[in-house]
Amino acid sequence: MSISATHGLGSPAAITRHAILLITGAVILVPFVWMISLSIKPPGEIFRASFSFWPEHFFGIENYTRALTEAPLPQYMLNGVIVCGLIVVAQVAVCAPAAYALAKLDFPGKNLMFALVLVALILPHEVLSLPLFILGYQIGILNTYAALIFPYVVSPFGIFLFRQFFKTIPDDVVHAARLDGLSELAIVWRIMVPMSLPAIIAFGIFSVVGHWNSLFWPLIAVRDQSLMPPPLGIMAFKNEEAGNDYGPLMAASTVVVAPLIIAFIAAQRWFVEGLTAGSTK
Amino acid sequence: MTVASPTAPQEAGIRTDTAAARRALRNQRIAEVLSAWSLAGPALVLLVVLFFLPVLSVFAIALTDWQFGASTLSFVGLANFREVVADQGFRASLANTLLYVVIVVPGTIVLGLAIALLIESGKSCRAFYRAIHFLPFMATLTAMAIAWEALLHPTIGLVNQTLAGLGLPSANWLRDENTVLPILAMIGIWQNLGYAMVLFLAGLKAIPQDFYDAADIDGADLWFDRLRTVTLPMLGPVAMFVFIVVALKAFETFDTVQVLTQGGPGHASEMLLYTLYRESFEYLRTGYGASVAVVFLFIVVALTLVQARVMDKRVHYQ
Repeated sequence: MSISATHGLGSPAAITRHAILLITGAVILVPFVWMISLSIKPPGEIFRASFSFWPEHFFGIENYTRALTEAPLPQYMLNGVIVCGLIVVAQVAVCAPAAYALAKLDFPGKNLMFALVLVALILPHEVLSLPLFILGYQIGILNTYAALIFPYVVSPFGIFLFRQFFKTIPDDVVHAARLDGLSELAIVWRIMVPMSLPAIIAFGIFSVVGHWNSLFWPLIAVRDQSLMPPPLGIMAFKNEEAGNDYGPLMAASTVVVAPLIIAFIAAQRWFVEGLTAGSTK
Repeated sequence: MTVASPTAPQEAGIRTDTAAARRALRNQRIAEVLSAWSLAGPALVLLVVLFFLPVLSVFAIALTDWQFGASTLSFVGLANFREVVADQGFRASLANTLLYVVIVVPGTIVLGLAIALLIESGKSCRAFYRAIHFLPFMATLTAMAIAWEALLHPTIGLVNQTLAGLGLPSANWLRDENTVLPILAMIGIWQNLGYAMVLFLAGLKAIPQDFYDAADIDGADLWFDRLRTVTLPMLGPVAMFVFIVVALKAFETFDTVQVLTQGGPGHASEMLLYTLYRESFEYLRTGYGASVAVVFLFIVVALTLVQARVMDKRVHYQ
């Protein structure tokens, strides 16, 4: 968009732009600010009608201590890390070789397989939850880490995205690697994946953010508190223990939201790329 | 474009290749196909087991009266679908979902576009504004829903305190059947507008500077003229695309309903995915739940096919 010379930082248009964006930004941030504010207030101040962000008596230590000890919050966070980590590793391990075969090799059934990937891409996962629940029940893995992970070990989107990236790598690179005596699997891991790192990272962020935040399937797959990922855990904390005890509840919410927010602020461009890559499917 | 070794140049002049060479070539080809399948095979098996068999079973289960845990089931044809269509609860759920989508989609698009245009209209602080507005899209919605509940609390919530301070009427937003759905929709807009914004920002970047220069020469001096003659028409395809992806996200709303309202009061905030969850996994009405899943699947697939057509058009358009 062309900026005429008069549009300096001090021009009325620029000031209006900053004013509006600061206001909308502030409105967007209100729930975050309110959450943090309540998480450091004592019950007396929470239930008093007041606008102050900062409490008269700082109660943060007490609230965060209760959040971390009364609910198994560290366990929830650890579960989230384990589940998201295993899912993304499994997805890359399964999808990258398949994407390489689809992008660079010729074999009977290739077009059919790609068509299946495209169809799987448009299936909403919630629709599959009932048969997946039954499958998990039949093989006896409900209420384990495996139950949280198994529906996601293959990602149609991952196959699709990696295939698009692998196709942009020149065939000569593959030929040269073969002449050097690399096996096809070695070509995937030592040539294609390192050369497609931006796509792998974008997909990794897409996958981790999605599964860290997901409530629907964990609600179905596990019952034990010791297995709950953060969203399910915090819901249980709200329903069973905290109730209207807002201080610890908000402290717990802050702890759950914090890791992704911090990672996002540290690597904003990657996050935006990863999370919008999912929409270009 | 594939890199599989070509099946040898079959020029008429070359007669040197013997049967042995041909066999070696065929073996090489077989080895290639085998290695391709050993790479693609695991993914294919998992796609079939985790996607295609389940989706087929949803259709099959929807035609039975099965209840999870029961040892018998019988084929009931379309009886579940007739029951779904006649069910007041399901009708309310479908109507609520549509109303929710009708509020969230335009709200998200208009705000997302406006903010994207504002950010792009200047050079300073772009990353900062983009980050702030994008924050809700990646924050854990379950946790943020709890923060929203505190904000909307009838007595101690910031919303009612502010309204009371301004002398305006307040409400018990999440317990009043007239306000609960619009409030959930507002949370939906809050969550998704940053997503629409980044998609629009990408669309804005893709508009060639030449178009603005041409508009300048044609006398479109004002910001508004350039917006009307260049920006908005060029954003048309992106806007269609954003429309569909936001609609899909809105149809798939579950977390806020589950955490904040459980579909209540009455059926006032019940939405499709929540109905699907409750019927299938709380009431264990498996056959009925499966037919709700089928209805949901048809809506989502229809929207996605529209998206595919739009994307096709966009490719031709550029």
